[in-house]
Amino acid sequence: MEITQEQRDELRRHGILLTKLEELYNWGRSHSVWPLQFGLACCAIEMIAASMARFDIARFGSEVFRPSPRQADLLIVSGTVTKKMAPQVVRLWNQMPEPKYCIAMGACAISGGPFKQGYNVLKGIDRYIPVDVYIPGCPPRPEALLHGLMQLQEKIRGQKLTGPDAPPHLRSDAACNYPVPEFGEQDLDPAKNPDLWQPPSIVRPPKT
Amino acid sequence: MIASDPLSPLPGAHVHAVHDEFHGDLLEVSMGPHHPSTHGVFRMMVTLDGETVVKLKPVFGYLHRNHEKLGENTTYLGSMPYTDRLDYLCSMTNNWAYALAVEKLAGQAVPERAEYVRVILAELTRLLNHTCLAGFLLQDCGASGTPLMYAFREREKILDLFESLSGSRMMCNYQRFGGCRVDPPPAWLEAASRLVDGYNAFLDEYEALLTGNEILMARTQGVGRLSAALAVSAGITGPMLRAAGVAYDIRKVDAYGIYPRFDFRVPLGDHGDTYDRYMIRVLEMRESIKILQRALHELPAGPIMDPKAKLRGFRPKPGEAYGRIEGPKGEIGFYLISDGGPNPYRYRVRAPSFVNLTILEDLCRGHTVADAVIILGSIDIVLGEVDR
Amino acid sequence: METPEQIRDRLLANFPGAGAVVVANPAPSAQHSIAIGPGRAREIATWLRDDPALRLDYCSNVTGVDWPEKEIIETVGTPAPDPAGGPAKTAEQKTKRIQPGCLEVVYHLYSMALRHGPVIIRLRTGNRTDQITLPSLTPVWRSCEFQEREVFDLFGVVFAGHPDLRRILMWDEFKDHPMRKDYVEPDDYEWEPTAHDKVLAKAKKHYPAEPAATGEATEGAKP
Repeated sequence: MEITQEQRDELRRHGILLTKLEELYNWGRSHSVWPLQFGLACCAIEMIAASMARFDIARFGSEVFRPSPRQADLLIVSGTVTKKMAPQVVRLWNQMPEPKYCIAMGACAISGGPFKQGYNVLKGIDRYIPVDVYIPGCPPRPEALLHGLMQLQEKIRGQKLTGPDAPPHLRSDAACNYPVPEFGEQDLDPAKNPDLWQPPSIVRPPKT
Repeated sequence: MIASDPLSPLPGAHVHAVHDEFHGDLLEVSMGPHHPSTHGVFRMMVTLDGETVVKLKPVFGYLHRNHEKLGENTTYLGSMPYTDRLDYLCSMTNNWAYALAVEKLAGQAVPERAEYVRVILAELTRLLNHTCLAGFLLQDCGASGTPLMYAFREREKILDLFESLSGSRMMCNYQRFGGCRVDPPPAWLEAASRLVDGYNAFLDEYEALLTGNEILMARTQGVGRLSAALAVSAGITGPMLRAAGVAYDIRKVDAYGIYPRFDFRVPLGDHGDTYDRYMIRVLEMRESIKILQRALHELPAGPIMDPKAKLRGFRPKPGEAYGRIEGPKGEIGFYLISDGGPNPYRYRVRAPSFVNLTILEDLCRGHTVADAVIILGSIDIVLGEVDR
Repeated sequence: METPEQIRDRLLANFPGAGAVVVANPAPSAQHSIAIGPGRAREIATWLRDDPALRLDYCSNVTGVDWPEKEIIETVGTPAPDPAGGPAKTAEQKTKRIQPGCLEVVYHLYSMALRHGPVIIRLRTGNRTDQITLPSLTPVWRSCEFQEREVFDLFGVVFAGHPDLRRILMWDEFKDHPMRKDYVEPDDYEWEPTAHDKVLAKAKKHYPAEPAATGEATEGAKP
């Protein structure tokens, strides 16, 4: 027996809620994403502005920014990740319990940004941790961060609970600990996590 | 360390000597780089005896984005957007300091209208910075959110002005060598006047909440005293220096721009503690409002950019220059060495937060670890310029 | 305030043989500096701080500058008379010399007591390789503490007498001095979306080779 959306709306108007466990579970999760109080650079100020009275991230459920990674769901990497800071970011990511999500906010977190030509700048945090949403901008407006958060909420709502597409905390084969890079003599060691990030393949048209 | 029971007296020793030897291990705590109260990615290796700070070593470099090396590989004008990202709360003053240094290097004149606009934007930035600092300081004291909300509410009004003038809220990239990029239209000047006229009322509301607050006074008075002699020797500048009682404000000393035309006082502190540093900033905000009202009233007509200024192909002759201004955090200066090419040979940023951190250990020694957080908050650092 | 020439004269009178030279600054800023020899630099700094006419109690800025060695070609023209009786020709002789490189530390000094400045002093190392020690002026002005550490970290100048000389901005295991002109960055430019000039050259090292004449259609990028 197939129940359409119109029938569900009609029933809800009479006070009867019909839903799937998956929808209920994801609805609860997506509307209470608690970010970690983690700001690196200029984007952090826009993140603070997004949590203040004018833009108010609290109405999206992210009321409390947790100071401890053990209690946070979301890591908003806001600002330039330098090679000196990268091991700490990965350690924080490892300390966050599943289900966890990562937003790369700002050009620096996505790919190094304006400081890409730097001996100390990590060219994107997705070299070491998996990123769910990328928010471009330098810095992105608080509204852009809210839009990114809404995209993340949509992504969470679309996750299935069973099967190979389930989120990592519901599967037994997903990686949970990402290797922390060490300080080498000139660069981090390893320079990137090869399971997570590979440079895009370059396709050359055949010579005619 | 005594291998046997530490409380038993040594043969021939007095009891109080044994008691002195038994002081236990010192605890080394690494506060940061991820810590809610370190104002960015800043790390303090604090050695504690119980709750009292015995030693403190600051570790930074977690935001070192090789700004100076980029400056050597970019043209003079191309470095202007990078200066926004130094002290990312106060981009207009960073821009002005850099423009001033390059104008000294090249001998470039600035028209009068541009000087007035620069003063207006610098004082608005000072208002923004000091308001947010009071909010962040109270956040460190534990007033989780409320003063910061009020501060950011006012900051949003100033950022709206910056956005309508320069196109961006924070990274304004507005000053140029020889003037400013865009002429503020009359509607902008009216909006700025309205904001400035209403700011005193906001400060009265803010002060009613904070200045006489007994918790703030109990937590900040007598905490982190800085003596004038140490402040001068350690190169401290800005409100921290004036709170220690030294009357050195670069707006008065160097008399750059058109500041000699404005009649404003420089508040000085008596005790040099954290409460003085907070109060100095509040009083400076009131003086800034006076400067702003006068500058907005007297703004002359004229070009916003020197007609002889060269934007493309800007190659100053070989030489060097050091230009500095009184930024909201202290003396921000740029030292440029030119070799005649389009890029500077050496591009150095003298960041006030970097030098102001020299005496962090001296201020925190003997206080509790909770006070160390508040002292750091009152120094007013921004890691973008500490690490560059 | 005294001119740099006057300061230099008084300095040489008080510290004979110290080696103080005024370095002229051709820019319109007219901020001339005094280069002093590193031998008695700390005594000179103490004198600059305590002299009643100068009272330079505030060291505002400590900068490191890298001057790599330069090849200088000088042409000397000697007139040679024309044997045929015409106008004299100049025979040009080119001499090449290598001006040795050095690392330089520039101190900007101001006076808070007398409200004047800047007085700029420069210290130069012997060369860029093994004679890189300079006396630290941190005992004179505490503000040099972090700034000299930064010059050590980024340029490699060793400051003798500094209370805590270690790296400040880079991590401790880092092995090079990044702000030097001959520093080579690590090779992590695998891909550039909007590549241009030098950046494109760096990224191309990781791109796959051009297809051979037979025309291979696709290749993956090197990992």
